[in-house]
Amino acid sequence: MSCCVSKEAYQPPETEMPEGYPTRDEVLFASTNVGDGLVETHIFVPGMHCGGCLAAVEKAMAAIPCVKHARVNLSSKRLVLHWTRQDANPRAVLDALTNLGYQAHLDDGSGAGKDKTLSRLLFSLAVAGFAAANVMLLSVSIWSGAEGATRDMFHWISALIAIPAVAYAGQPFFRPAFRALRGGHLTMDVPISLAVLLALGMSLYETSIQGENAYFDASITLLFFLLIGRVLDHVMRERARGAVASLGRMAPSGATVISDDGSRDWVPLDAVAPGMNLFVAPGQYLPVDGVVVAGGGEVDCAIATGESDPVPAAPGKSFPAGALAIGAPIVLRATRSARQSFLAEMVSMLEAAESAKPAFRRLSDRAAAIYAPMVHLAALLTFIGWVVATGDWHRAVYTAIAVLIITCPCALGLAVPIVQVVAAGRLARNGILLSDGAALEKLAQTDRVLFDKTGTLTTGHPTIRDGVNHNPKILRLAGSVALASRHPYSRALVTACEGLNLAPAQESWDSLREEPGKGVEAIRDGVCYRLGKASWALKETVVECQDRVVFSRDGKALDFYSFEETVREGAPETVTWLQAQGFSPELVSGDSAAKVRMIADSLGISVAQGDMSPADKIARIQSLQASGHRVLMVGDGINDAPALNAADASIAPSTASDVGRRASGFVFLSNSLDAVRMAIAVSRQARTLIYQNFGLAIVYNLVAVPIAVAGFATPLVAAIAMSGSSCVVIANAMRLNLISFSGKPQRKTAWQKNPLKRRMSAKIAGEVG
Amino acid sequence: MSILVILIPVALGLGLIGLLAFLWSLKSGQYKDLDGDAWRALNDESDEKPSRR
Repeated sequence: MSCCVSKEAYQPPETEMPEGYPTRDEVLFASTNVGDGLVETHIFVPGMHCGGCLAAVEKAMAAIPCVKHARVNLSSKRLVLHWTRQDANPRAVLDALTNLGYQAHLDDGSGAGKDKTLSRLLFSLAVAGFAAANVMLLSVSIWSGAEGATRDMFHWISALIAIPAVAYAGQPFFRPAFRALRGGHLTMDVPISLAVLLALGMSLYETSIQGENAYFDASITLLFFLLIGRVLDHVMRERARGAVASLGRMAPSGATVISDDGSRDWVPLDAVAPGMNLFVAPGQYLPVDGVVVAGGGEVDCAIATGESDPVPAAPGKSFPAGALAIGAPIVLRATRSARQSFLAEMVSMLEAAESAKPAFRRLSDRAAAIYAPMVHLAALLTFIGWVVATGDWHRAVYTAIAVLIITCPCALGLAVPIVQVVAAGRLARNGILLSDGAALEKLAQTDRVLFDKTGTLTTGHPTIRDGVNHNPKILRLAGSVALASRHPYSRALVTACEGLNLAPAQESWDSLREEPGKGVEAIRDGVCYRLGKASWALKETVVECQDRVVFSRDGKALDFYSFEETVREGAPETVTWLQAQGFSPELVSGDSAAKVRMIADSLGISVAQGDMSPADKIARIQSLQASGHRVLMVGDGINDAPALNAADASIAPSTASDVGRRASGFVFLSNSLDAVRMAIAVSRQARTLIYQNFGLAIVYNLVAVPIAVAGFATPLVAAIAMSGSSCVVIANAMRLNLISFSGKPQRKTAWQKNPLKRRMSAKIAGEVG
Repeated sequence: MSILVILIPVALGLGLIGLLAFLWSLKSGQYKDLDGDAWRALNDESDEKPSRR
């Protein structure tokens, strides 16, 4: 597909791309042809949530000349653009979205695509709904007293509707049930299929002998209710998979290869071979492991290895794939192909961790393993009992089938998916996405938390230390010099100025240029200001200010700035809350031990370890698991991905590496670490509701089964019992929307009643407010 | 009871129309963006047709 970018059309990015932006080539690579010379590009904008957002985005798109047609899909949070390959200017679109305050991610199509299973399920649901309504209509007439020939006719019409409907709409249950039986185990599908098919068969027999009771309505309403559960379950899982997949790739999908004659070509990642020279623009991630051939800027390894300080990109230095180039373009000689690079190594480690982990069984499967044999046993005992007691074979079969119908796990089939859909919706409104349908169940079990440092507990953007103690005039001047650069330290200076209401002005410099890897130089009226490394900005090198940034005038120091990592918003509150809940949070990081210790102390985390390799992190998780704990891992880096997978549950910020996001069960879009607290609270509440729903289903069975065993389960009783229990379960699940999970708990929870903990919660609330 | 000969086909026919209407709306993409279309109904500048894609 590299052919779609011709050599002539290729223009290397003249200006530095902001971090994480996809290149023009990548955008075009992810677009599909829609005819008339137009291509369609999907952009995922998770921040859109109302009609105002919709109108604002579409209006902004209409103002961009290269966009022929733009339409927002608010449900899937996607912006669909039509434009031509020649004119497409993704930069303008992404800038417009950024200016409106939205994060935008290129949707590379891995999350989209037509969902065939869903439309099949919806068709089945529609057919079952149609049949259920009509059969019920006829059944009500029968229960109201239709007799004789009229009743038989109604039965025959019901059969005519029910048989094809069951044959079509029942397949999502029959096929898996057949597979399960052939594999020699019982799933929830087995009792469902048995009940539906036996009810249909018995009703047909009853109809043919002009009997009184037929269960056509029961068999088809059962399918209808269960299909609702199946559709919800599917929608949630697909949405979870799609949402995280379309957060956009951060790692490049290809690389710009410099051939021997100096021409540049964009090739897909798989085609990059060791020995090739690659051009990496500033603001782009290294596509493969490599050695720097030329380049004066720096490389930020935070997302790859967890090191928080950028490293100078000196020729001969090697860097792992996934590191970010800053300041200046780099020419990189690939040392390994994509398949063997650091990223691939992490992926294989991740898979190894997966297989070492005990298989997780979903709650509904565990319930089915107990429930299904019990149901079958009850039906069998009923049959034997009636044969022994009365010797009436027909009556015995009839009652046994009635037991199967009554116990059909209708409420059970709805109990889990409905709660999970409501919980996922609740989380999505708070900017937390699920990437794994079972993530909620997994998270609810955890009792230990491990945090990564760089990019998780900290934002990954440095801040200036003791900003208030600096001379504001000089700081402002330094800030206006720093405006010329996108280096993290320069941006931190500008932010610090803005934070102190010293908005750095665009001063009229005679010349202003960035010296990659050294700093920024500004000249006015023959006076030379330099902001950057001491060795470059000062005439005489001062030894003790190695890691500080110097602002100098004509080689004499005006001020020194040192930087520290910014703790993520909400991190102190979250850590305190986790400690109060008995999670004993720990810090595991690949950064130097001293830096880890500093952050751990500022947050009050007692167990913290630095210089950890990805294998060390896994070892820590596994040792906790071995001592009976369930571990939640919160991390973002490529080096965290294996650990995220090894843990029982995992959460990653949306700024995390692709592989990290994919490995984790939840991804949060907000900047605040409060999302972790929210996710844990919602998942635990969801688990409580699921257990309550199971409890309700058991109570229902305790009441209904004896009635059925005794032979009183007429079709009317079955219909009322089944719909009643389903409605109760749905209503209970909806309660999740009423419960408050805000930073200030409004309900008295158990831990609030404890005076010591109440003080702690008041403290948290005070800090939030 | 001869009225049943008319009433039952009428009832089934109405149900069938409902089913076909639902299947048609499903195919024509009317459930693709429920949230967005709800807002578009209030927006004068927006077009009235649901997204086909």
